[in-house]
Amino acid sequence: MIRFGLWLLGALLLAGVVHLVTILLLPSLATQDAYARVAAIAPVNAVVPVPAPTPENAVMPFMDPAFATSVCRYDLARGPLKFSVPISQAYTSVSFYSRGDVAYYAINDRAAGRRVIELDLMTGAQRADLPDNEDITRADRLIVTSPTRTGLIVIRALTPEAGWIPAARNALAAARCAPQ
Amino acid sequence: MRLLFGMVFALTLAAAIGLGTTWMALTQGIAYGGVSIGAWTAWPKNGTSGIDPYARAIVARTGELPVGSGDGVAFYARADDSGQALDGRCDVLLSGITPQARFWTLTLYDFDGHLVANSVRRHGFTSQEVIRKSDGSFDIMVGPRARPGNWMPTGGAERYQLVLRLYDTPIGMATRSSSEVPMPTLRKGPCQ
Repeated sequence: MIRFGLWLLGALLLAGVVHLVTILLLPSLATQDAYARVAAIAPVNAVVPVPAPTPENAVMPFMDPAFATSVCRYDLARGPLKFSVPISQAYTSVSFYSRGDVAYYAINDRAAGRRVIELDLMTGAQRADLPDNEDITRADRLIVTSPTRTGLIVIRALTPEAGWIPAARNALAAARCAPQ
Repeated sequence: MRLLFGMVFALTLAAAIGLGTTWMALTQGIAYGGVSIGAWTAWPKNGTSGIDPYARAIVARTGELPVGSGDGVAFYARADDSGQALDGRCDVLLSGITPQARFWTLTLYDFDGHLVANSVRRHGFTSQEVIRKSDGSFDIMVGPRARPGNWMPTGGAERYQLVLRLYDTPIGMATRSSSEVPMPTLRKGPCQ
């Protein structure tokens, strides 16, 4: 009986390990995560519109149908990216996701405070390599550091009513995401 | 022989319990750090680098992208104020006001995060579209049959969830309770 109890205890401890390891490994093993879904429709370092979700078809679950959405699937291997998007009439936001779908940074039109949201995206190493002169450390140059070499920039413009969709689409069509 | 039997027993049990609890955690929506206000729950931390491993695993499995914290916050409801699961064959009256935000959207999804098909192709409301009362509050009737005023069709789906997303809002991780934040109530009405 004691022997059985020990085996049971061992099994429970091992079960805990199995549970934690699978939870921690899952994000890197998932084949149908948001990055993979976007990779199926978007080339690297280009802004691509994401079709509006319908009951039959959606690139990702839980997309907000009140928004026009575009994505830039980035790869910083060849150097930093310059990103810009003109803000639309209602509400525009730019969210950054790491390769593991972690939302590490997001900015909206009001926080940007201008007619255009403009920023430089780079890895930590590329940022460390930036020369230390005043031009670059100017306060109006927004630098975003990506924790991973690849990831997603999701650009969204709100369409509060159906009539706003063309204007929002136009604003997103003018978004740029390209190496410097 | 006894040793072998013990090992097989322990390993089998460990695999079954370990994988079983992982599956439960991923499908039952067990997540930490939620902010619950009435029938609504949000996980503001999921929109930051501080997202916990369980939420990361759930996001990886579903394929969604959480709302970034600099963008907004999403509140989810799968049950009404009395705790009864939302049923698309019944009427549910959503009424009240929303917390402070520049814009909000309300969307109806099934449990997998897909929009639900309906005859009028309405899947949600935005803060601009909704018809308000003179005091700024609003009523949205969520149900299978067409209604005058704000009607959110359920398409007769058996189970669904409502997601209220607040954009450009001070609501976030520091938010704790309903005393600070007014959320709309969800009251169940008659069923079909």
